[in-house]
Amino acid sequence: MSEILRLDRVSRRFSGLQALREVTLGINKGEVLGLIGPNGAGKTTLVNTVCGVTPANSGTITFGGQDITRIKTFQAARLGLSRTFQIVQPFAEFTALDNVAAAALFSQPGENLKSAREEARAHLAFVGLEAQASQSAATLTLAMRKRLELAKALAMKPKLLFLDEVNAGLNSAEVERATKLIHQLAADGITIVMIEHLMKVVLNVCTRIVVLHNGQMIADGEPRDVIKNPAVVDAYLGQQYAQRNATNG
Amino acid sequence: MKRANLALLIVLACVAALPLVGGAYALRLGTMACMYAILALSWNVVGGLAGYPSFATAAFFGFGAYVTGVLLNAGVPLTPSILAAFIGSFVLAGLLGAVLLRLRGHYFAIASLSLVGVLRELANNATDLTGGGMGLNIPLASGSSIMADALFFFYGMWGLLLATALMVIIVSASKLGFGLVCIRQNETAANMIGLNATLYKSIAFGLSACFVAAAGGLYAAWVHYIDPSDVFDILYSVKPIVMTLMGGLGSPLGAACGAFLYLVLEEVVWRNYIQIHSGVLGVLIVALLLLLPHGLVSLRFRNFWRKAKHV
Repeated sequence: MSEILRLDRVSRRFSGLQALREVTLGINKGEVLGLIGPNGAGKTTLVNTVCGVTPANSGTITFGGQDITRIKTFQAARLGLSRTFQIVQPFAEFTALDNVAAAALFSQPGENLKSAREEARAHLAFVGLEAQASQSAATLTLAMRKRLELAKALAMKPKLLFLDEVNAGLNSAEVERATKLIHQLAADGITIVMIEHLMKVVLNVCTRIVVLHNGQMIADGEPRDVIKNPAVVDAYLGQQYAQRNATNG
Repeated sequence: MKRANLALLIVLACVAALPLVGGAYALRLGTMACMYAILALSWNVVGGLAGYPSFATAAFFGFGAYVTGVLLNAGVPLTPSILAAFIGSFVLAGLLGAVLLRLRGHYFAIASLSLVGVLRELANNATDLTGGGMGLNIPLASGSSIMADALFFFYGMWGLLLATALMVIIVSASKLGFGLVCIRQNETAANMIGLNATLYKSIAFGLSACFVAAAGGLYAAWVHYIDPSDVFDILYSVKPIVMTLMGGLGSPLGAACGAFLYLVLEEVVWRNYIQIHSGVLGVLIVALLLLLPHGLVSLRFRNFWRKAKHV
């Protein structure tokens, strides 16, 4: 399997807080990587650092063989790095359709407003929002806005897709629906990195798990192995989870 | 074309017929109205579409006035002088924009305001070039009557207004306009979908400056005398904003109608309440904004009819 993204000793600090400490990580093409860890572990910072929102203080990041350490956010987007936000970021006054059309329009060269809107319709249908196409984004429910984020990310034709807690705040039926979508995307060959707290989803979808704690990588490997790792149980999962898991498994 | 834009062009066509019904006084007022409409429409690009509350209008107005004034004094004809102000201000605003537009909200407003002060002091101190505080006399175009002069500057300003309106209509229907509206709604998300926000904002700032500068240039040639406190007057920054708010934020039709309404109000109030005219005008503006918070364009005449039917 070939590597699509490589982080080499990447660090990022916010004045006194070391958010990422020398993280070295390779992500393979076609993989569905689960990024887990307690709140404040640096998961979102890692995504922000790769996407150029909060550039790394040291270390290098390469994407498809190209050095993107100092890249600007919009350039990262055009290269095929796309993401959804933990706190959804729609263009509130736009319709759902124009939200997705904007993503297609500005990330793809040679796209015009008309062709972008046509494409947007297909992406909305994929996430099941075609009925809401002409509804303003501000009026959508949280679950719909999460799916809208996904449609926007897909309109950018991502090579690597970061999903930042797409299931947070959703009920179980909605989670199931979102999980199905992620399975479909993975089947289409999109490399996915997902930040997720619902272990059920992580174990269901991910082919590999990386655990961050205080900005450091403390585990990396097969899901079944990682959740038994004592360091991970200590830092994140907790003894209760480990025991329940042991009795169930 | 959208109906509001069509309505804007119709309004402009009506304004062009002004010389048929009015004398020199009406022409002077019409020229001012066109000038303020240019300022309001231009402000609408950066303030209405991109959502950056710029107070730099006066800076570019004065810049255009001085560039044109200095060139006219050097013997350059009017058209190339104004063209130089137009291009020069676009480049200047684009470059300044790349720096200033990193600030958001109130911070940007203050920074753009300071630009007016900086340029005014530069004009004040470059005595050899601009005449400093003594002002700058601009040669009269020889051999034309007062009425012909008034007509020339009215149609000059009107033509510039038409060009501004066309620019605004084209921009708001284009990818650029779409991107600016994205930036206004959520700049972080706009960057994240591959939109080069810095470039878009700089172009918007440039476009909002160049027609203002051209209007400043034409103004200088019209009044034959400019000084820093006149053309760098902060009211040139504030009035277009008030006009746009009165007309309807983000709407070209609203900006133009707001400018016309404002000037009519100002003139009527000034004539009737000479002693307390600013006070009366202020109260009127506040009342208008309270009663019509979304501006003139939010008026729907059809609704009046509907209500009447149900009575």
